[in-house]
Amino acid sequence: MLVGHQPKEFLLAVSGLTVSFDGFKAVNDLSFYVEENEIRVIIGPNGAGKTTVLDLICGKTKATSGSIEFRGKDLTKLKENQIVKAGVGRKFQTPSIYDDLTVFENLEISYPRGRTVFGALTFTRDAAVRDRVHEVAEMIFLKDRLNMSAALLSHGQKQWLEIGMLLIQDPDLLMLDEPVAGMSVSERVKTAELLNRIIKDRSVLVIEHDMKFVEDIAHKVTVLHQGQILSEGTMEKVKNDPKVIEVYLGH
Amino acid sequence: MNDSRFTSRSELIGILVLAVFLVVILPLCLDVFRLNLVAKYLTYAFVALGLVICWGYGGILSLGQGVFFGLGGYCMAMFLKLEASSVENTKIQSTPGIPDFMDWNQITALPFFWKPFHSLTFTIAAVILVPGIFALVIGAAMFKRRVGGTYFAIITQAVAAILTILIVGQQGYTGGINGMTDLRTLKGWDIRPDHAKIVLYFFEVGLLFACIFVAQFVRHSKLGRILVAMRDQEDRVRFSGYSVANFKIFAFCIAAIFAAIGGAMFALNVGFMSPSFVGIVPSIEMVIYTAVGGRLSILGAVYGTILVNFAKTSLSESFPELWLFGLGGLFIAVVLAFPNGLAGIWGDYVQPRISRFIGVRKPKAGWTDNSVADGAPAE
Repeated sequence: MLVGHQPKEFLLAVSGLTVSFDGFKAVNDLSFYVEENEIRVIIGPNGAGKTTVLDLICGKTKATSGSIEFRGKDLTKLKENQIVKAGVGRKFQTPSIYDDLTVFENLEISYPRGRTVFGALTFTRDAAVRDRVHEVAEMIFLKDRLNMSAALLSHGQKQWLEIGMLLIQDPDLLMLDEPVAGMSVSERVKTAELLNRIIKDRSVLVIEHDMKFVEDIAHKVTVLHQGQILSEGTMEKVKNDPKVIEVYLGH
Repeated sequence: MNDSRFTSRSELIGILVLAVFLVVILPLCLDVFRLNLVAKYLTYAFVALGLVICWGYGGILSLGQGVFFGLGGYCMAMFLKLEASSVENTKIQSTPGIPDFMDWNQITALPFFWKPFHSLTFTIAAVILVPGIFALVIGAAMFKRRVGGTYFAIITQAVAAILTILIVGQQGYTGGINGMTDLRTLKGWDIRPDHAKIVLYFFEVGLLFACIFVAQFVRHSKLGRILVAMRDQEDRVRFSGYSVANFKIFAFCIAAIFAAIGGAMFALNVGFMSPSFVGIVPSIEMVIYTAVGGRLSILGAVYGTILVNFAKTSLSESFPELWLFGLGGLFIAVVLAFPNGLAGIWGDYVQPRISRFIGVRKPKAGWTDNSVADGAPAE
């Protein structure tokens, strides 16, 4: 960056991020920046540290050093629920939904109100909550399954449900860990359509292996390898990077 | 299911049936001695009720509920003991006006922490607050550090063991292994004669229903659903913006307060309090009551407690040495064959038949919680 050049306001600025597990650096001096309304896809071979990066951002893992600035707040100093409140939503790799509750109740829990103990005790299911749940349920193709136990949903539907739970949270940064893994072809198409609809007005950070899917949605791609950035840029640029072809795409 | 009313119609029927059973049938069928035994059993039902919230819904297994039962019981017993130790009653002691066991242990003045227990208002507050705050401290220390599951269960056991040792060791302040005996009056009202036992029984049943309604309220609130959600997917709840630790602390505190109310009623109904209701064995027994009744069923916990205790009394009268084996066997059988306990058996086998018999169309009702019991029980 040029001296005297005013740095651009990023939504998320990760700089010098390092985490070491017993000396093994899963993420090593990593820096990257995500702009407002950007869709960034992180790809890389197994063990490259992709999921760890998401874990670090959402507070599941504590960083050894480095900083994660989100809207001027340093996320490394916040607790998980404070990070959510700051506007970061996270979808896990395996669908994490509440099997013992109905689809409606699953969505309702993510509704951003009554998050304290007292608030949860006095929470009432008013029209605003119901409308929002119905609205999101329609988006995630589960409108007619609201009263069904979530355990009975198919794998793909569970993935959608979790995406829906994040939508209700209305985060400014949405992080998705392999959203189409294990989905059928038709489900993938529907998911891509769903993602394209929900990325409006927010930034999205996606980990994905499905290159066709990545090509469809990514604005910018970051390739991770052994905890460090191997290449970064548009899909076109990354695809033709010889280093990337060697460690990842060549396989 | 879609509307979270306070209680559904079938649950209301379940509560009514229990009320008729406890308020009408039992008092009519049993003599005062047996009714007083039921009153003693019901003191454990408070603990079981708390465990349904804490263990059944929240997935937090506490093997130290005897601690809170004991704290509540001791608070009540301290008040009753002070009243029974008036100068007049204790004039043969070398220091009249202090509890007898203090006198036997060469203590000559009432310890400072005993003094507030002259007041009934303070005592009632202490019955709730002492165990509540203690649970808050343990809960905060454990759950904020993400200690859970088996580790938590073991630590609660350790706490139960420690408190027993403390009570036994500090004989001069606590009455030691014998506990606090010879409790006589409550504000001048003799708690020992038959008519007092009957009044206390009905008072206790009233309190039990108050606790049942609180438990129902918690279960039907969003907090109840968050507890279930936490049991399934703790991380998902955490990353949906909730402080999981606070919710666990809340569930643990509620269970502690229920247990303490039971303990206080125990001191009143049975007329003494001793460390044998605090330690590891009684704490585990309380978990068994809940498991047998059905850990997901608020009313099931009450029936389970009555049933197991009834079996305990009748069996240990005839085969005292076999009872503990029986209890252990019962626990294993319930866990293996009927993970949802009596309530599960009722909901899965009995209720559908009754419904078919009387031609009710909707098969799901009764005092099992279908919304939860339908899913497989959590680990």
